[in-house]
Amino acid sequence: MSNNITSLSLVETIEALERKEFSEEDLNSAYLERISTLNEKLGIFLEVKKNTSGIPAGIKDVIITKDIKTTAGSKILSNFIPQYNATVVERLLTQNISIIGKTNCDEFAMGSSGENSSFGVTKNPWDLSKVPGGSSSGSAAAVSADLCVFALGTDTGGSIRQPASLCGVVGLKPSYGRVSRYGLIAMASSLDQPGSFTKTVADSRKVLEWISGGDTYDSNAKESKFIPSTTLKNLKGIRVGVPQEYFEEGLDKGVEKVIREAINKLEELGAEIVEVSLPHTEYAIATYYIIIASEVSTNLARFDAIRFGNSRDNFGSEPKRRIMLGTYALSSGYYDAYFSKAAKVRTLIKQDFEKAFEKCDVIVGPVSPTTAWNLGEKISDPLTMYLSDAYTIPASLAGIPGLSIPCGFSEGLPVGLQILGKYMDDETVLGVGEVYEQATNWRKEKPKL
Amino acid sequence: MNYSPVIGLEVHVELNTKSKMFCRCSADYFGKEPNTHTCPICLGLPGALPYINKEAIVNCIKIGLALNCKVNPTSLFERKNYFYPDLAKGFQISQYRYPLCVEGWIEIEGKEGVKKIRINRAHQEEDTGKLTHISSETLIDFNRSGVPLVEIVTEPDFTDVEEIRDYAKKLQQMFRYLGVSNADMERGDMRLEANISVRPEGSEELPPYRVELKNINSFRFMVAAVEYEIKRQIAAIEAGEKLSQETRGWDEDKKETYLQRSKEEAHDYRYFPEPDLPEIKNDMQNVEKLKAQLPELPWEKAKRYQDELGIKKIDAGIISEDKKNAQLFEEVLKQAQKEGINPQDLANHIINKRPNVDQTSTSQIIENIKNKTIGVIGGDSELEELAKQAMEQDPKAVEDFRGGKENSIQVLIGAVMRLSSGKANVAKLKPLLTKLLLENKN
Amino acid sequence: MLTKDQVRHVAKLANLSLDDEEVEKYSQQLSNILEYIEQLNEVDTSNIKPTFNVSDNVNVLAEDQIGTSLTQEQALANASVKKDDFFVTKGVFNE
Repeated sequence: MSNNITSLSLVETIEALERKEFSEEDLNSAYLERISTLNEKLGIFLEVKKNTSGIPAGIKDVIITKDIKTTAGSKILSNFIPQYNATVVERLLTQNISIIGKTNCDEFAMGSSGENSSFGVTKNPWDLSKVPGGSSSGSAAAVSADLCVFALGTDTGGSIRQPASLCGVVGLKPSYGRVSRYGLIAMASSLDQPGSFTKTVADSRKVLEWISGGDTYDSNAKESKFIPSTTLKNLKGIRVGVPQEYFEEGLDKGVEKVIREAINKLEELGAEIVEVSLPHTEYAIATYYIIIASEVSTNLARFDAIRFGNSRDNFGSEPKRRIMLGTYALSSGYYDAYFSKAAKVRTLIKQDFEKAFEKCDVIVGPVSPTTAWNLGEKISDPLTMYLSDAYTIPASLAGIPGLSIPCGFSEGLPVGLQILGKYMDDETVLGVGEVYEQATNWRKEKPKL
Repeated sequence: MNYSPVIGLEVHVELNTKSKMFCRCSADYFGKEPNTHTCPICLGLPGALPYINKEAIVNCIKIGLALNCKVNPTSLFERKNYFYPDLAKGFQISQYRYPLCVEGWIEIEGKEGVKKIRINRAHQEEDTGKLTHISSETLIDFNRSGVPLVEIVTEPDFTDVEEIRDYAKKLQQMFRYLGVSNADMERGDMRLEANISVRPEGSEELPPYRVELKNINSFRFMVAAVEYEIKRQIAAIEAGEKLSQETRGWDEDKKETYLQRSKEEAHDYRYFPEPDLPEIKNDMQNVEKLKAQLPELPWEKAKRYQDELGIKKIDAGIISEDKKNAQLFEEVLKQAQKEGINPQDLANHIINKRPNVDQTSTSQIIENIKNKTIGVIGGDSELEELAKQAMEQDPKAVEDFRGGKENSIQVLIGAVMRLSSGKANVAKLKPLLTKLLLENKN
Repeated sequence: MLTKDQVRHVAKLANLSLDDEEVEKYSQQLSNILEYIEQLNEVDTSNIKPTFNVSDNVNVLAEDQIGTSLTQEQALANASVKKDDFFVTKGVFNE
């Protein structure tokens, strides 16, 4: 019974509860039991709440939760108990969602592997010697290991899509401004978006509906909520763009094979495959790091141990590195050469997508150049780690929505297909993803734990 | 060689909006319990985001328009980065490259007469918390953190302290007229900073350095500091010293300026556009409307009183200084002119008698003036003198009144009127005489 | 590319204290990263406007109304040092 309950999707869980197949208390016990056996070896939850009601969700620890310790994976906030809730949390709470725990993450959302937390490394449920990806490492692993029904994460340069891909779950980064950032411990203000890890695309759509829409706090958020519209039955009439730049050197052959097969499947389902080009892709990582380092160097200035938190020497090395990079880039005389220049290249990257979307409705490709790599493999050289986000970063710079959906395995490890859409066209992205998902069975695969 | 001062001023004015600049905490912080008007936003807690107060923007634009500024069609907020315990976020949301208002001017008067001071900008920003230093500790109250500020920067057009005095006075009047701030320097609603250098007389080149005078909390001290600093700089140059960029404060005990920060330690603010706030796009039609709706400013009134009504300059200045007084003057003026009263008399009356604006009606004021223009004597001691004189001169009337003949008082009133050539204040006379007659019964 | 002195200066601006080992480490790592970033100079951005915000919102303004504040207790809740109703920090020069 317990095994069945915890493998249900959100939609299935809601339906089962309505049919009174089990109680909310049973539901929470089942998940709590799994957590008690698996959490320590997977390093997923930092705080666990033994609730007896509500549908359990995991919340990434960079998202502020009232009265529940929020650390952002950092020793700076090891004792921080917030006095308010993030907007996304408030909205979930009104939907009878309960918080089963705060998930581990790379410190201050900086990282692509789940190895940068001050509170232990998170492991990939598919292979405990491998990374789960990051920075929303815990949330991705939690959903993958069925330790909660769904989880919230944040995506700034791929921090939802990439761990989703490496852990074999559905991950959505909504369009920038789709979901309020109020209560997200800010990394890069002009790129951060809260999003979800779910077991199915239908779940993702539901969570987006719940958390989306403006509030009176995030000036960059759009007023209107995401309202799901009619779902696609097949992909007839959908033009799927395949960017040549995402299939060049650097992409693992095994991953490429899986992605190409997935694209073939899309064509089988009626899609027209179109070659597109995103010529400024190679400059995305450099652009990204100047912008986010500059923004985060100032976003982390408030951590001065006066009103909250511990002193600044508690920052780990990745935050220190990015703070210094950003401070340098903004320092006297360098604004034009770095920040302003990067902001202009950002315009070009955004325009690349706009031009490509004249020829197609969605753009697909890999999320990550490789599957999950070994723990410790890339940790010594920051630049190597940065380069692994080549396919996710451009969409973040442009603010467009991106979905990662399981599309197969390479050498036993999950591969995610990335589906990108026009700005504010989250529905088409989800629609295409769902058609593919329903036509395949990847969802049935679970890690052996 | 003679040297002339080159002075620019920066004024920060706190707006009297109900809520703060980027959050909806109450902005009325003065005298409140510490840390009771705060929220995640103005406390700089993790996850908080700014949201602009519309009224503050409107007020900043009004200030700029009153200073003849151009309003920028597009304006951006930027982060000004530095660390200080009263700065909750570790940066202040301010403006830099794209301020709301630029390139204005104001006419002031100083030793050299009337002069135009160019306004470089009027921009919007937020205030910091308040620090209290107690021995080796510093206490922080964030009630003031996030209160809206407008910063007004002039070009270095000032050359003497009188000009600075006039500028500060005019700005204070203007803020009160616009209703955007109490502009009380003692309470910190209005703060002044000066940038001072000197150059050879006649030269038009800007000197290669500037000394900032900061954190001087009273206008009197600021004037003293400026005067001292001009002398200090001239003496230093004459002694062959090379002056450099510095920040100095004022030591009221020693009566001298002192070094706070040198160029090497100057802040690198690392300005960049605030990513959490969208652009402000100003509709020029709305700006024109705002401009048309601005009240007539105090110096505009003063000029009009002089030119159109023939009022003396100094009196015109005094009346126009306070908005309520000016309003009273203008209201009564209409009726007064109908009754043949000349505006200068009305001005004199308002200045000397200071009628209570809320309690005195137009007709009352006019009557008082009429009485005064035939020279009413209303002073208590003067009247008492005259009354006693009349009583001395007519003991029979005094006896009669005391004997019960109430009407005898009219005789004495008549006597006072004759003694004062008709100028005594009749209304006051009767009770005064009555009192004197009754108290000296013997 | 980034000398140790520059790293120390940047660390000071960023209010971070680094030991000598860290200064050495970051000076190398940051130099590598900055070198990688140099490639942005290859891109012709001569007539391109910068993008600072990808949400096309404009004039997002709130009415001037008073909302709810935290209580004093809530405001002070996470401070490691407090004195009566105030936050406390070690003495600062009255600048």
